[in-house]
Amino acid sequence: MDKFIHSVKLDTNACNGCINCIKYCPTQAIRVRNKKAAIIPEFCVDCGRCIRYCPHHAKIPAYDSVHEMKNYKYTVALPAPSFYAQFNNLTNVDIVLNALLSLGFDDVFEVSAAAELVSELTRVYISQHSENAPFISSACPTVVRIIRVRFPTLLPRLLPIKAPVEIAAEIARDRAIKKTGLPSEDIGIFFISPCPSKVTYAKAPLGIRKSNIDKVLAMKEIYPLLLPHMTHDETHLKPLASSGRIGIGWGGSGGESAGLLTDNYLAADGIMDVLRVLNDLEDEKFHDLNFIELNACSGGCVGGTLTVENPHVAASKNKRLHRYLPVAQTHLNQYPDLESGWTEEVEYEPVFRLGKSFRESLEMMGMVEELTEQLPGLDCGSCGAPTCRALAEDIVRGEATQNDCVHILYDYINSLTGEIASLTKSLDLSEKQNNQSLKLLEEYIEKLTTELTRKDL
Amino acid sequence: MAENLTFRYKISGDDFTRAGEASSNVKSKLKQMGVDNNAIRKVAIAMYEGEINMVIHANGGTITVEISSDNIHLVLADTGPGIADIEKAMREGYSTAPEEVRSLGFGAGMGLPNMKKYSDNMTIESVVGVGTTVTMDIHL
Ligand SMILES: Nc1ncnc2c1ncn2[C@@H]1O[C@H](COP(=O)(O)OP(=O)(O)O)[C@@H](O)[C@H]1O
Ligand code: SF4
Ligand SMILES: [Mg+2]
Repeated sequence: MDKFIHSVKLDTNACNGCINCIKYCPTQAIRVRNKKAAIIPEFCVDCGRCIRYCPHHAKIPAYDSVHEMKNYKYTVALPAPSFYAQFNNLTNVDIVLNALLSLGFDDVFEVSAAAELVSELTRVYISQHSENAPFISSACPTVVRIIRVRFPTLLPRLLPIKAPVEIAAEIARDRAIKKTGLPSEDIGIFFISPCPSKVTYAKAPLGIRKSNIDKVLAMKEIYPLLLPHMTHDETHLKPLASSGRIGIGWGGSGGESAGLLTDNYLAADGIMDVLRVLNDLEDEKFHDLNFIELNACSGGCVGGTLTVENPHVAASKNKRLHRYLPVAQTHLNQYPDLESGWTEEVEYEPVFRLGKSFRESLEMMGMVEELTEQLPGLDCGSCGAPTCRALAEDIVRGEATQNDCVHILYDYINSLTGEIASLTKSLDLSEKQNNQSLKLLEEYIEKLTTELTRKDL
Repeated sequence: MAENLTFRYKISGDDFTRAGEASSNVKSKLKQMGVDNNAIRKVAIAMYEGEINMVIHANGGTITVEISSDNIHLVLADTGPGIADIEKAMREGYSTAPEEVRSLGFGAGMGLPNMKKYSDNMTIESVVGVGTTVTMDIHL
């Protein structure tokens, strides 16, 4: 699988080539080219910001269809901790879990249960490696991906433990194979996800070689399908729930940290705040911290782009739901054979580097500086790049030209029309030069029209 | 083609909340240039401390960053009050920072010692009442 895939698609009919997404993208991964927004795959970290901000809903999250269930002999649903907070007045998680069975899944395994295992593993890991603290949580794939391309010195701080959804998938697959005797490929593990970032994760995970998740479904697609299956007569419910406060708390920002039972943590959410924390962490501005919890979405996973409920409302529902639950209901001693650690090193991918060598980059940076000076500095986005500097970088990388800047183009056209005007005037003055002048005139006019058609103004 | 690349920053002394912007800008440029990560870390920390000092102690100044193929040369110049006893200022924990700055977590007296630690070469020239110029080199 390609290292740089992402899970944001473009509805080309809906995209009208405006500059909203290019301005909101925190990694400057989008350019408007030929009136359509195009993502530069290496730069995209699946934060979902363009999906949220596109006023035309042209940025579409990718995910798998529920109909994929038909392609497996036995299916297991893995609801994310943030899923429960999507429902109104939910007091009992079993209502959701039983509804998933009634919808057609053969089994369910809560990601929140696996999250309690990850909390326990993290407590042990931190206490055994306290000299290298603080550690950064690795559960949000967007956070791991942004560290991989922008914060190489922080890579060793990533918690090398599988994400709760991966552990859930592993346990669920094991359990299904033991119960049915079916070969692994007949078993479908379906994650009910809050975000497209996990869609990318399932296809191209970091930290492990291959994910046990087969398909990633969108909460917003499952939600309406599930409602008719939800019963409020709790007497007939199968007891399936196996997570407590810690596990369900993972659905909101601060939940993972709460599971560590320590005060020496920091929890930040929302991609812009995450970037700020990573920057400061890189400059060693934090002291006495053991753990840094980061979630790309505001409010944590309840704020993912595939959720239905307002993230603030969901965060409060999440708290209400787990308030009276036992602290934890799933423990490591129940899973003695669990393979919980990362098996692959996450390597720095210097995608933002200008040149192939330092020398080349130094030279290119000089050109970027020079070009930036020459551009108008309006950061208007009309060129399709988010800032004048970004256009300068694109030009130096060979992906754009100065005339992509409408202001520079106007000046150029102006000078051409000026030349044309003065040539036309001089035409009848001296017979001899007429031929030559006419030729020049033709050339100028041709330049003018090609520039204008190229730009399609 | 220019062999060296120079960036200049004017550091304002009025707005404390903007301190650190210049070093953060240099950091992202160095990353784009593929400078060794450890060297970037050293530059970022040393320059950050110097920049903060300019804002807290000297009412701003200018920072010049000169990048060549084997060295990053930083010059931090201000026209602040100057440092009377440089040796004392270099001591770990020594600080004249006012209380309100300390309450924000600055003024631990570790700035100059850290600049010394993270650079390969550092000089301080200072005249009381005239100003201070700190130069640092980080070899690549
Ligand atoms: N640019 C400067 N101008 C004037 N005084 C300075 C400057 N930089 C440092 N100093 C003096 O040196 C002392 C020690 O600096 P430093 O080690 O950075 O600690 P801190 O900034 O925490 O006080 C400062 O308290 C201040 O008195
Ligand atoms: S915070 Fe949660 S919902 Fe948002 S991208 Fe990360 S894992 Fe997905
Ligand atoms: Mg200082």
